[in-house]
Amino acid sequence: MAMSSEAVVARRERLLQLADSNLILAQQLTAWCGHAPMIEEDLAQANVALDLLGQARQWYRLVCASEPEFGDEDRLAMLRDVAQWRNLLLCEIANGDFAQTLVRQALYDEFHVVLLTALVASSDAGIAEIAAKAVKEARYHRLRSADLLVRLGDGTSESHARCQRALDRLWPHVAELFVDHEGDALLAAMGVAPLPSSLEETWGQAVGTLARKATLTLGAVASARAGGRQKRHTEHLGFLLAEMQFMQRSYPEATW
Amino acid sequence: MNDAPLWEVFIRSQHGLAHKHVGSLHAADAKLALLNARDAYTRRNEGVSIWVVRAADIHASDPREEDTLFESPKGKEFRHATFFPTPEGVKNL
Amino acid sequence: MHTNATSATEGDASKMPEQAPEQAPEHSPEQAPEQARFERQLDQGIPIESADWMPAAYRKTLIRQISQHAHSEIVGMLPEGNWLTRAPTLERKSILLAKVQDEAGHGLYLYSAAETLGVTRDAMTLDLLARRAKYSSIFNYPTLSWADIGAIGWLVDGAAIINQIPLCHCSYGPYARAMVRICKEESFHQRQGFAIMTVLARGTREQQDMAQDALNRWWWPVLMMFGPPDHESTNSDQSMRWGIKLHSNDELRQRMVDQTVPQAQFLGLSIPDEQLAWNEARGRYDYGAIDWDEFRRVVNGDGPCNQERLAARQRAWDEGAWVREALEAHAQKQATAVAAA
Repeated sequence: MAMSSEAVVARRERLLQLADSNLILAQQLTAWCGHAPMIEEDLAQANVALDLLGQARQWYRLVCASEPEFGDEDRLAMLRDVAQWRNLLLCEIANGDFAQTLVRQALYDEFHVVLLTALVASSDAGIAEIAAKAVKEARYHRLRSADLLVRLGDGTSESHARCQRALDRLWPHVAELFVDHEGDALLAAMGVAPLPSSLEETWGQAVGTLARKATLTLGAVASARAGGRQKRHTEHLGFLLAEMQFMQRSYPEATW
Repeated sequence: MNDAPLWEVFIRSQHGLAHKHVGSLHAADAKLALLNARDAYTRRNEGVSIWVVRAADIHASDPREEDTLFESPKGKEFRHATFFPTPEGVKNL
Repeated sequence: MHTNATSATEGDASKMPEQAPEQAPEHSPEQAPEQARFERQLDQGIPIESADWMPAAYRKTLIRQISQHAHSEIVGMLPEGNWLTRAPTLERKSILLAKVQDEAGHGLYLYSAAETLGVTRDAMTLDLLARRAKYSSIFNYPTLSWADIGAIGWLVDGAAIINQIPLCHCSYGPYARAMVRICKEESFHQRQGFAIMTVLARGTREQQDMAQDALNRWWWPVLMMFGPPDHESTNSDQSMRWGIKLHSNDELRQRMVDQTVPQAQFLGLSIPDEQLAWNEARGRYDYGAIDWDEFRRVVNGDGPCNQERLAARQRAWDEGAWVREALEAHAQKQATAVAAA
């Protein structure tokens, strides 16, 4: 299907939002490897990180296949500065304690499943193909994070307090998940990707049910903080990128 | 201190007939044990079905009774097909 | 597998011996048939399983060896884990993450094997944190460059494989089975490291220097991984009789040298040993003297990263306590609710 340049841009922005969100989240999760509360969790976190990393790479490659000027997955990951990243701010909020990492994951996993489920039906064959495998992985991530959130939300008073604190801290970033940006309406009209705002109700119900089971209280829905696609990031992203990109920037001539 | 019970893990592979013991892990309950088992023991396509059993629920024969329990089959090789000659030229035996 | 061996004829469950190994006699006259059976199993290569009778010293030695092996896997995640956030490409990041994850899994298998001998994972962890238990000294060295990640896969995992393959035939069933699983997974680890070194060795001047520098720093500590020289190694004879140790330290160390020299030549890197030379008469490589003072210092806590490694494990234990407690509390609540229903 030959796409208008407007559609190409819209598709790219949407795919980069998803890829960047996955990569930033995976990058953060790797920090838990060797430091988790028990070995079983080291394994579990690494599994999720590997899946998200793999999915990010596939989305990047899809973008580069349509627009070769972007180079390859490593150019996108390693050579863009803060302002060029489109990830959801939720993903770049620091790990914090285990509760904050878990709540961030649970909120994202619910969103990820809803979004990928819609993308399985995309009129864009490349997107549909990647989404078909990715949604299975995301469903497993959600199974795990939801299960763990219930256990920790309804565990001890300390675990409950930590989870609630994390939820309060992260909740303001949830609104961004459902903001319609320029180009999203076109993608929806073409059947390429759903309008972000259309995902909110399903997500809200799932998260509401989960929070109830976990004995946690959700905040009031706030208006969206300026987000990744508007190039308004948190301070944390710069440090994260500096660490992730250091090798490629220090050795521009080298291949690895 | 973590008192999460020990679970033994059994996996059946895609083309396997039986669940095979692959190892153990700790988890607070069966549901978490299954999730942990999936993460620890199926990363290389090892299986399509997982059983977890509390280690405390596995009962084994007493090794000191090995002779008592397992002497009888010896000397009764007629229970194996290989005991019997297969006459040449006779099919479907 | 940790089993409850139940006597079919007497109807009572046998238990793990509860006396401390040091107090129990090697075996009493009543245990002579048990000892004979144990010896017969060793001679015939029949695996000793968790419910089998075994000498107290055999059990104690195995607990120490298996748990220290497990500790090594877990601590070993740290030097490589350092580079997860900095891996130079997404592919290298993925591969390294899979490798470090495998190491967590290996720790899991080994702790589980040790638990069949009557010790809990928590007790073993506390021994490690209290410095009562050791782990492989190699992980007390820092990873200073990406080339270190290549060197670790190539050399450290190469050495580990040499140590581990014989253990697949060790006398204790749960340990042997864990080793079979580990060896299967380990084979990619060494290749991953060598692949990194190959790219560096064929890369820019800076990359080649990086690779050579890593080899310079890791070579001697890797040779020390095989333990003290045979004439200084205590307990080896007994461990060999018990089928726990199958080759001598020096034998395995020699194997490592002989196997690695051609690999270094392939890479165009030079091993930092001026006395390294092919000995035609022996059919092996002669190599220089190891600094055993350094080995002793590092093993006893005075290596470059000992403090950091243990501090990281202590922090994981401390900061994870509330999580472990919460999981237990939740499971109790559920069990109570089910019982009440």
